[in-house]
Amino acid sequence: MGIKAAELLVHTLIEEGVEIIFGIPGGAVLEIFDAIYHHRDKLKFVLTRHEQGAAHEADGYARSTGKVGVCMATSGPGSTNLVTGLAAAMMDSSSVVAITGQVATPFIGRDAFQETDTTGVTMPITKHNFLAMSAEELPRIIKEAFYIARTGRRGPVLVDIPRDVSRTELDEDFPIPKEVSLRSYKVTLRGHPLMVKRAAEMIANCSKPTLYIGGGVIASGASDGVRELAERCNIPVVYTLMAKGAFPDNHPLCLGMGGMHGTVAANMALNTCDLLICIGARFDDRITGNPKEFAKVSKKIHIDIDPAEVGKNVKVDVPIVGDAKAVLQQLLENLQPKRHDSWLEQVMDWKRNYPLTYDRSSELLKPQYVVEVTAKLTNNSAIVVTDVGQNQMWAAQYYPCSRPRQFISSGGLGTMGFGFPASIGAQFGNPDKLVVAFVGDGGFQMTMYELATAVLHSLPIKVIIFNNFFLGMVKQWQDLFFGGRHSATMLHGNPDFVKVAEAFGAIGFRVQKPEELQPTLERALEVNDKPCIIDCWVDPNEHVYPMIPAGGTIKDLILPPQFRHKKQELLEQVAAAHAAAA
Amino acid sequence: MANERKDYELHTLSVLVENRPGVLARIAGLFRRRGFNIESLSVSTTDDPTVSRMTIVVGGDDATIEQITKQLNKLIDVIKVQDHTGEDVVERELSLIKVSCEPEQRSEILNLVTIFRASIVDVGANTMMIEITGTEDKINAMLELLRPYGILEVARTGKVILARGSKTT
Repeated sequence: MGIKAAELLVHTLIEEGVEIIFGIPGGAVLEIFDAIYHHRDKLKFVLTRHEQGAAHEADGYARSTGKVGVCMATSGPGSTNLVTGLAAAMMDSSSVVAITGQVATPFIGRDAFQETDTTGVTMPITKHNFLAMSAEELPRIIKEAFYIARTGRRGPVLVDIPRDVSRTELDEDFPIPKEVSLRSYKVTLRGHPLMVKRAAEMIANCSKPTLYIGGGVIASGASDGVRELAERCNIPVVYTLMAKGAFPDNHPLCLGMGGMHGTVAANMALNTCDLLICIGARFDDRITGNPKEFAKVSKKIHIDIDPAEVGKNVKVDVPIVGDAKAVLQQLLENLQPKRHDSWLEQVMDWKRNYPLTYDRSSELLKPQYVVEVTAKLTNNSAIVVTDVGQNQMWAAQYYPCSRPRQFISSGGLGTMGFGFPASIGAQFGNPDKLVVAFVGDGGFQMTMYELATAVLHSLPIKVIIFNNFFLGMVKQWQDLFFGGRHSATMLHGNPDFVKVAEAFGAIGFRVQKPEELQPTLERALEVNDKPCIIDCWVDPNEHVYPMIPAGGTIKDLILPPQFRHKKQELLEQVAAAHAAAA
Repeated sequence: MANERKDYELHTLSVLVENRPGVLARIAGLFRRRGFNIESLSVSTTDDPTVSRMTIVVGGDDATIEQITKQLNKLIDVIKVQDHTGEDVVERELSLIKVSCEPEQRSEILNLVTIFRASIVDVGANTMMIEITGTEDKINAMLELLRPYGILEVARTGKVILARGSKTT
């Protein structure tokens, strides 16, 4: 009696702690699905309606739980449909393992039915990938895939398994390796002591420090360390979209998100500080604008687990390669309490005088208002998943978060269609928590077929559509930079989302006036056995502000209309800070 | 033109990789995607059959070379990357050169071949083939001297390099 490799694969997955797999079967993975069937008591399989949905669901599961998310697809179109989801996971360093079927080994390279060079296609959008050419190596490969996905800088790993490999019989007692040993993959966790010491000295000697934290803080579980550092040395904190939740929004030292649609306080702090302490962020262009002008009068400390990020976009003075949590601990051992009263006073002035704002007296339903009311009714404690575009920025600006993994969004790749399936993954991973998805009418239509999955599994996700009948963020750029010519951004032919919800067996609500919002949301929040679609017809002309246009600098800042007359004041403060540094 | 930028320099990297299918594609894909340019590449297995050595000559300023090194190290199949710039090394290329050669010119060419410590590996009615190993400069010099006779074909390997003495990559 032997054991099929597919069976051994499922054993290995269970041993790795996998509880749930998202995906769609097909010819090349039938053996694997048969093995899953035999273990359905231990391994839940969620049949999605499209493999892209499966990839985003695995990703949403991973981001919201900190575990590895697993998706599965067949060869050819099954695997190519995963591509966008894997690319999104790659850009945001999310621990996803994708298992794909491949045509049988004798057919590889012969353009067989449903053959795609899956490892070739996914090479640049995975942290690593494998083609298992023999059954004997499959258990080792699976172990390595999980190890690579969840260590170091996290990322997606794909394992491609030819159908004859999964069918191969091995000895009943064929061993699953206990340990993973990769001579070519070593992760540096602790920072170089000399660099840590130098960083501590810089922090001790600076007068206008700013912390700039990114997704690495969440990945490494370094939130407490960041908070300890900020509070001990009185350092204001700016976060990236990926780090929202890593430092509480309601903390006095929190300046909110930085970058293109960041707060005035955050961007002023970044651009006038004398010491920038970057932890687990990568100086992405959505934060820096023009990298040559970004934070140009500050010294820079960069803590990152990925050596290739250090010095990639911006020159830094003290590079520390290591895990954020470990390095922060080392750093804190070298730091005494410190105050920066006048700097904090300055920063708090910005925070007070330039808050996020919108026209609260409008008779139209404002998207910011939708987020604010949702936040209030959910006690700021829901898991917030966003799609990409204006909805994403308003959710990031107006929903206060207080814990890591509370806010989930496709940052690096900016994948429209990510939000709704990712919220499904998040709800599966957090069955006892409330999950709210903020999506636009454009992005939602890219993956709304996943309503079937959400309804089937009775997931009580609240999907709030900012329906402005436009691809809103693109329209905003057209309004601002292309003379208001709305080339291909108006969404003629949108469906009736309430009917869409009902057609899938979900519940649909529509909100067209501000006063309808709260009662409708309250009704939706009472539903606990099926998804609710809340179709909010928001002001189509609303823009996301503040805004620093792509490639720009703080000097190009576009303030909300309420504060535009005060821009000169800010520019003078920037100029003064730069002059003082020179 | 990339190579007219200031501080543009050629660097020779030894990259030890797992000897597995697809590794070359990973390395080549990395160079392509990140816009780095390979000037020369040679690949072969090492004494350890599980390890291959790639010798890659690549041009760029210091920041680019640093980024290439780091990105290479990030690949799971890359075991070690060593930039030999500024090190005491032995570097060699091998070249086969076919020149047109009338019978009465054979002795002239033979003289050149002797001076360069190259060798004649084939003689035809009107051709000679020369094998030469050495540094890039030496091979270039040989080619220049042979050019007047009419070079018919050249096959040139990429550069290989090892550090002198007991130091290993």
